[in-house]
Amino acid sequence: MRLVYFAWVRERIGLAEETVDVPDTVVTAGDLIRWLAGRGDTYAHAFEAAAQIRVAVDQEHVPQDAPLGRPREVALFPPMTGG
Amino acid sequence: MGAAIDVRVQADDFDVGAEIARLHEGRTDVGAVASFVGLCRDEGGTLAALELEHYPGMAEAEIRRVAEEALARWPVLTAITAVHRHGRIPPGGRIVLVAAASAHRTAAFEAAEFLMDFLKTRAPFWKKEHRADGSEGAWVAAKDTDDEKAGRWR
Repeated sequence: MRLVYFAWVRERIGLAEETVDVPDTVVTAGDLIRWLAGRGDTYAHAFEAAAQIRVAVDQEHVPQDAPLGRPREVALFPPMTGG
Repeated sequence: MGAAIDVRVQADDFDVGAEIARLHEGRTDVGAVASFVGLCRDEGGTLAALELEHYPGMAEAEIRRVAEEALARWPVLTAITAVHRHGRIPPGGRIVLVAAASAHRTAAFEAAEFLMDFLKTRAPFWKKEHRADGSEGAWVAAKDTDDEKAGRWR
């Protein structure tokens, strides 16, 4: 699964994007966040406030309880501050 | 004639007068254009610049989805323009423009505010501060009041 990160999520992980093999136990966007948080200190720091993290599947916002399906790209990022 | 949506995400500055003129160019049925321009503040002299990060592709798509919702909500609108910049923007610099054209002012005013409220909470942009004293700047925190403003349109 191709993952892309933005803003402080990107900075804390130290990567803008990566491709990962996600286990079958990851069904929803929230599952993905919890699984990523267990991948090491940088990920734990990025996802420590898991409820704040926003998720976009194939460039559309989804709630954390949404099933991921088989996306081309999943983005994880902080609440937005444009405008 | 369907309403026109023009969404752009760009590093370059934009010309507010030219954008507004384009919204009613060649038409005589447009009675109102309401616009909003968002600018970079210097936060009392402490800010050297804002760095705007965005999600290419989704940023444009999400602003367009918000504009389509505005057209559905105010069918009297004739055109919407939204331009959002990314990259480094110094104090006084323009960050965003939204403008809505309509036969009458009420829809134009309301749509411009609707567009900004949802652009702020849904368009994937993030602001990082560069401090005037050279110290490490922070990411701007999202405001609950922005969610509340967007929420009142439901």
